[in-house]
Amino acid sequence: MLIKTKANILSSEITDRAVFESRREFIKAATAFSAGFLLPSLGQAETGKYADVPVGPSSAKLAVTDREDVAGYTNYYEFSTNKQDSTVLAQALKIKPWSVEVVGEVAKPGVYDLEDILKDNPVHERIYRFRCVEAWSMVVPWIGFPLGDMLKRFKPTSKAKFVEFTTLYNPEIMIGQRSGVLDWPYVEGLRIDEAMHPLAIMATGMYGDELPKQNGAPLRLIVPWKYGFKSIKAIVKIRFMENMPETAWHKSAPNENGFYANVNPEVSHPRWSQRRERVLGSSIFTPKRDTEKFNGYGAEVAGLYSDMDLKRYF
Amino acid sequence: MLLGRKGWVSVKVIIFSLSLLPFGLLVNDAINDRLGANPIETLHFAFGDWALRFLCIGLALTPIKIITGQSWPMRFRRMIGLFVFFYASLHLLIFIALDLSLSWAAFKDEVPKSPYILMGLLTYALLIPLAVTSTKNMQKRLGRNWIKLHRLIYIAGLTALIHYFWLVKADYTESLIYAVVISILLAIRIIVHCRKTRKLSLRDLSRVVLRSDKAGVSAQHGVVEMQALRNRVHDCSRRKH
Repeated sequence: MLIKTKANILSSEITDRAVFESRREFIKAATAFSAGFLLPSLGQAETGKYADVPVGPSSAKLAVTDREDVAGYTNYYEFSTNKQDSTVLAQALKIKPWSVEVVGEVAKPGVYDLEDILKDNPVHERIYRFRCVEAWSMVVPWIGFPLGDMLKRFKPTSKAKFVEFTTLYNPEIMIGQRSGVLDWPYVEGLRIDEAMHPLAIMATGMYGDELPKQNGAPLRLIVPWKYGFKSIKAIVKIRFMENMPETAWHKSAPNENGFYANVNPEVSHPRWSQRRERVLGSSIFTPKRDTEKFNGYGAEVAGLYSDMDLKRYF
Repeated sequence: MLLGRKGWVSVKVIIFSLSLLPFGLLVNDAINDRLGANPIETLHFAFGDWALRFLCIGLALTPIKIITGQSWPMRFRRMIGLFVFFYASLHLLIFIALDLSLSWAAFKDEVPKSPYILMGLLTYALLIPLAVTSTKNMQKRLGRNWIKLHRLIYIAGLTALIHYFWLVKADYTESLIYAVVISILLAIRIIVHCRKTRKLSLRDLSRVVLRSDKAGVSAQHGVVEMQALRNRVHDCSRRKH
């Protein structure tokens, strides 16, 4: 399916095709060069596993954020509430073998090996803007496959109105889970039509390579029109449900974190404005950019919410 | 203390340099592009943290004096206090100049929506008169009022804590550490104040008795006054526990 993407991007934001394509060569060279100096496992998977995957249909040509910034600034409370510490601590996670348990309102429940899931779901690149609820954003070339394609293979029943995702729970390694910062394990959810939307993907890589552990390896959700906390990491369980699932951040502060969490500059967080966002990697003298409704994906997804009051269902 | 005038000057120079060190290191990181993916946030949080840390150090000086019986901690009050103001100013400057890019529109939109920013601005407003009246000259001119005015730092400590608590998303660990430290430092003062009040009150009690005798006021009246005073003492010692 071909997905149209709104093209109201500043010309200064568009990366020249040649520059954009040479980026991979640069990253590869830089990775090879630095491999001898850096910690061996810090965010580096086998070089360029996905180096030659096709670019997906909805990849707008946004100015991609430096990989270093994306891999070094992660909210991964399972390890630490500090965005740099979580990068280091997440390296303890073992991501092979990995399986995903599929339960609930579905004809084909079971435990699926990630290798098998990947055989059925060919990956491609999607360049999306990622907007955190904390009012910063970055542009990431994810590698992944449409979430809906995978979900359909499990044959959801007619009762499946929502999908719930759960992160691995392992406090021995995920040391942040020993604290009561959130009610573990992390749980997120989507309405079934949101989950089936072609822009929602399951990511297994980024920047032409495997996902770094701190970015949610080996399998994470990416829902580009919602705040980042919806895009749950290290998924081990998918449940199809008739009722709306209770999600981790909603449980933590229901008045602040809605179930829908669509990016919306018109609905401010109870404690801060959502009108602007700091673009990671921009100069310190660059003003914040104006946040777009649905993070700029309104043309594709606004229809999902046409009959809803987005101030109420934030 | 054993140090001479020259000795104290060199100690002051050392403490001054140490206090400037966090600023120097951050500037160095900024020049070498080592502030991470979100340099504005890194600078903004670091300066805020250092303002709060110096506030804790400043509030600790009087308790150190009380506990050790030495008066030397008082020599550093002005310098530490001005470093609170220095780091708080940088914290605010980063917010206004870099985070908001000096945009009035952004200020108008973002500040009223954020109770924690308002609390931060209030805290800074409380620090301004303290910095302005920090000179020896102002101290002399204000006399006893200077001490009263500078008690504003206790309020600033509390509003700074609220500012921190309100901006946290879920992990209150660090803000709680500051809260415990500041509470202990303020509690020491309350205890000492109560002790002083008790001593005074005992003296007051005897004075009341004498006065009532002299004036021939009825004994009953004196007892009532004495009871009121005793209750005050009792309240104070209860608060202490």
